[in-house]
Amino acid sequence: MHNIQAPILEIKDLKKSFGANHVLNGFNLELFEGENVVIMGRSGSGKSVMIKCLVGLMEPDSGSIRVMGKEISTLNPEDLNTLRTDIGFLFQGSALYDSMTVRENLEFPLRRHKQKFAQIKDPTELVLEVLESVGLVHAIDLMPAELSGGMQRRVALARTLILKPKIILYDEPTSGLDPITSKEIIELMRRVQRQYKTSSLIITHDVDCARVVSERIILLIDGINYLEGNYETLKNSDDEKVKAFFK
Amino acid sequence: MFRNPGFMLKLNLIRSFFIEIGELSYFARRFFKEIFKKPFEFNEFLKQCFQVGNRSFLLVGVTAFIIGLVITLQTRPTLEEFGAESWMPSMVSISIIREVGPVIIALTFAGRIASGIGAELGSMRVTEQIDAMEVSGTNPFNFLVVTRVLAATLMLPVLVILGDAIALYGSYVVENLKGDVSFQLYFNKVFNALEFGDIIPATIKTFFFGFAIGLVGCFKGYYCEKGTVGVGKAANSAVVFSSMLLFIIDFIAVFITDIFFEI
Repeated sequence: MHNIQAPILEIKDLKKSFGANHVLNGFNLELFEGENVVIMGRSGSGKSVMIKCLVGLMEPDSGSIRVMGKEISTLNPEDLNTLRTDIGFLFQGSALYDSMTVRENLEFPLRRHKQKFAQIKDPTELVLEVLESVGLVHAIDLMPAELSGGMQRRVALARTLILKPKIILYDEPTSGLDPITSKEIIELMRRVQRQYKTSSLIITHDVDCARVVSERIILLIDGINYLEGNYETLKNSDDEKVKAFFK
Repeated sequence: MFRNPGFMLKLNLIRSFFIEIGELSYFARRFFKEIFKKPFEFNEFLKQCFQVGNRSFLLVGVTAFIIGLVITLQTRPTLEEFGAESWMPSMVSISIIREVGPVIIALTFAGRIASGIGAELGSMRVTEQIDAMEVSGTNPFNFLVVTRVLAATLMLPVLVILGDAIALYGSYVVENLKGDVSFQLYFNKVFNALEFGDIIPATIKTFFFGFAIGLVGCFKGYYCEKGTVGVGKAANSAVVFSSMLLFIIDFIAVFITDIFFEI
């Protein structure tokens, strides 16, 4: 199926170094529409760097990143911002704006993209819609500090969804959460993917999360795609480096 | 000489100071580019004006009142020796309006606002809130920096004018208690002594002071290093750097005023 369909996101030979520390040494990735790909790797292996290069928060040293056919490095700031509305990013620490209420957090991205949401007269409708999909309508007027870690992650996901993105990038969506809340977040991710028909790129250490949400897993070791396959393939691998992840 | 570690350390310090000045200039250039970009975050600007002005008023007011009291109390005995105590309102008003008021109030403002902005933006950087704004396609520079720098630029002159008035009132209180001078007489003497050349340059330089304080606070916070240590460093260096910059601006302002107004 993948051969006849153009990838919605394509990374070719991505390289990024910090001084003598070569973090990415030619990483490649193709993400197809509706697909959920998990990237696993040790801490400091360059997963977060790769995902930040994807949204233009970091500039790669070389390589190509194409999102929906557009080469990121050639876009002007205006076009990059427009493209960013199609890419949702769930940050590891939720990154909610702590001086704003949940409602203001969700309305904030809408203010700059009025054209995309011209048909929506009242932003509250949209805010309620996404809050309902993460089950937090009652928290609409609370401040982020009044929410638990799991609730903050759900509000962050709602803020990501409000721009109706085609791709969602998850940076360690279950880190720092207890096992029960982690399961709730994983279930929520699956539900959101079905409801909004998004493609997802998920960075995680959580093997359970990878097993449940992924169709394909890429192991990022030494800055390259070390191994790629579905959960079962990787779990049954004889490679010592791969085994270490699935113990 | 070049192998002397002490000398190399000083050389590195000077080098990093000039690098910092260069980066700050680049940041200022970006500010002037972004200020004209639409949309202008008017509500956030008003909110920041309220925060910056209101948050500093009590501190500025108390500081100014005490400055007025202290200057008058400490100068009075010397003037009395020459029988020149009637010159007190003129002397105090000129020194407060020209120099003491703007500089002391700006330093107080820098301590309060530059550190506040540095810490606020620094913690937003560390917790990836600024990155979150950027990836949602909004312009964090416009929303966070432009509004705060403008608010500081506009609010400091207002605070200095109010602070100067409070300091003069403090001076009047001492004069009234020690010399039995009436309110009307005191302020008549104050306004007789003051000229445009005292008020206008002193007020204009406070806009630059406010701009420098806002800009340095935002610069330090916006490019804060990772971690809580980074936030602390951002807040601290924002105060140190902006205070130092205030004196440099003050020197330039006095120099220019001297050319045009012949102090």
